[in-house]
Amino acid sequence: MSKTLFEKIWDTHIVKTIDDGPSVLYIDKHFIHEVTSPQAFTGLNKRGLKVLRPQQVVATADHNVPTLNQHLPIKEDLSRKQVEALIQNCAEHGIELYGLGHPFQGIVHVIGPELGITQPGMTIVCGDSHTSTHGAFGAIAFGIGTSEVEMVFASQCLLQSKPKLMRITINGELNKGVVSKDIVLYILSQITASGATGYAVEFAGSAIRSLSMEARMTICNMSIEMGGRCGLIAPDETTFDYINGRKFAPQGAEWNKKLSEWKELYSDADANFDKEIFIKAEDIQPMITYGTNPGMGIGVSETIPTTETINDNDRSGLSKSLAYMGLEQGATIKGQKIDYVFIGSCTNSRIEDLRMVASFVKGKKKAADVEVWIVPGSKQVEAQAIAEGIDKIFEEAGFQLRQPGCSACLGMNEDKIPAGKYCISTSNRNFEGRQGAGARTLLASPLTAAAAAITGVVTDVRELLN
Amino acid sequence: MSKPLNIVKSRFVPINIENIDTDQIIPARFLKATTKDGFGKNLFRDWRYYNDDESKTRADFPLNMSQFDGEILVAGKNFGCGSSREHAAWSILDAGFRVVISSFFADIFKNNALNNGVLPVQVSEDFLQRIFLQDNNTELTVDLEKQTITINSTGESDSFDINSYKKTCLLNGYDDIDYLISIKEDIQQFETQRA
Repeated sequence: MSKTLFEKIWDTHIVKTIDDGPSVLYIDKHFIHEVTSPQAFTGLNKRGLKVLRPQQVVATADHNVPTLNQHLPIKEDLSRKQVEALIQNCAEHGIELYGLGHPFQGIVHVIGPELGITQPGMTIVCGDSHTSTHGAFGAIAFGIGTSEVEMVFASQCLLQSKPKLMRITINGELNKGVVSKDIVLYILSQITASGATGYAVEFAGSAIRSLSMEARMTICNMSIEMGGRCGLIAPDETTFDYINGRKFAPQGAEWNKKLSEWKELYSDADANFDKEIFIKAEDIQPMITYGTNPGMGIGVSETIPTTETINDNDRSGLSKSLAYMGLEQGATIKGQKIDYVFIGSCTNSRIEDLRMVASFVKGKKKAADVEVWIVPGSKQVEAQAIAEGIDKIFEEAGFQLRQPGCSACLGMNEDKIPAGKYCISTSNRNFEGRQGAGARTLLASPLTAAAAAITGVVTDVRELLN
Repeated sequence: MSKPLNIVKSRFVPINIENIDTDQIIPARFLKATTKDGFGKNLFRDWRYYNDDESKTRADFPLNMSQFDGEILVAGKNFGCGSSREHAAWSILDAGFRVVISSFFADIFKNNALNNGVLPVQVSEDFLQRIFLQDNNTELTVDLEKQTITINSTGESDSFDINSYKKTCLLNGYDDIDYLISIKEDIQQFETQRA
């Protein structure tokens, strides 16, 4: 029987299925961090249980860590206690922790892939909605709540109902200045922030195949912004080349065995999807969001929708969104003054993102009244950037290269955008208050963010490219 | 083990806004706690107060309006999208709600709510709008056993879906961990077979 990529993985991870109920899904890898794990450990301890398979759990501190002076104790009391609780819990339960100061520390969805922990065919969970990132390797990877973190600790399993299946196929050649972030913001603008709720989403087509692994991760990362249970891309030579030789990648005979298994991970030609969407790569322009959910995006040279032209999903919220953003219906967004630029987050903080920004800004200076924060996704990304001299390019441009963490994506640490200020951000969410109470977020690609850093206003990067 | 839930008969608090994300339900700066307690007072924090100042309440936000009360929260479609933070469900429960009604729920929020004994009731868009039209004294009855929701003043009723496993859990206050621990041998056998 023909199967989708999702079904091939799902079917081999079902321990049993409850009659007229969910299935018991076995979890291969469980990533944890300081914010959504403490109550799960407390629950486990109350039941007198130990973590069942500690060697399948990997921990890091990312959400609530400073991005300056990481060698010093965390100043903020509650943040420090949360990070200390993670250290203690990992020690008690025998879990590997890549905490502050460790050369592998970083954003959980950056370090898993770069260490070769994330592999095709796996089931992967984490108490973080952007766990969908790991699906770029052809894995079923999804975010869970803290009760579910406790379930995986206790049993290495979760009770899950099989989602519906959607495939989004993007064929064709990308326009100049268009990168993977634009692809996913474009999809979101077409299907809205709830367009994939209840579905596992497979991304396919020649435009996806042509992307690097890091670019693919950006797309799967934001499948949750469409409401998707997870996002996946079938593994191919690009995937295998990326994994080969990484710290925890299979080696020798084990590599060959895994490789032959991974090569079977694709949707069969006549596999059935509940929903199919087709997109032409040529239709995608450099994108930017104007509203307060990630589906509220437009081409950077287009005008903000009006009540008449907007999709049904966002019509009722348009006025509220624009009032919050200080923007007008029907106005152009190009030329909008920017106060902050944030290049970072699990969406766009990998070495390729930093290289893309560096190659664009080399020899240029930031606009005088713009503050630019570059927050690498991990210690390894930071070290690589320094090794390549990217840090010098940023320094000369007047950009601040900070230390790894989630930072201003969600503003849990000190990295907050002040109320009323505009931030062009490579992160994933433009919700009200996401980057700080009253902060106004415009989501865009690293390239579009870099262009705004130089000009001080929302800019169509194509006008600055040769 | 959560508090069992069967019939909830109560007035409701209407928040007629669509796409309410979990950053609105509980902003990230309140996620630094290491326990599950006390999140209710920060539910919808930035919609309840100006400049994060508890002395400056927004008079037009339903949670601040004395005429609205009850164990049922009613909200626009795509409720609970965004972050997986279970703190959103904890804050709703801690603020005294046992039921959330919407025409559409985000997946992760729905699971988090169910895992905390909060019932997400998905109704049609039409029925949701009819609830929003009711005055503040109207009571709703949510009957989990029968899977129905009724507007008591008019008798209008709608049914809702829930899988029978989750229904049994909520009716009895069971949680998934109890079940998963009980099948430990099956899990070990599964691990052995695939090794």
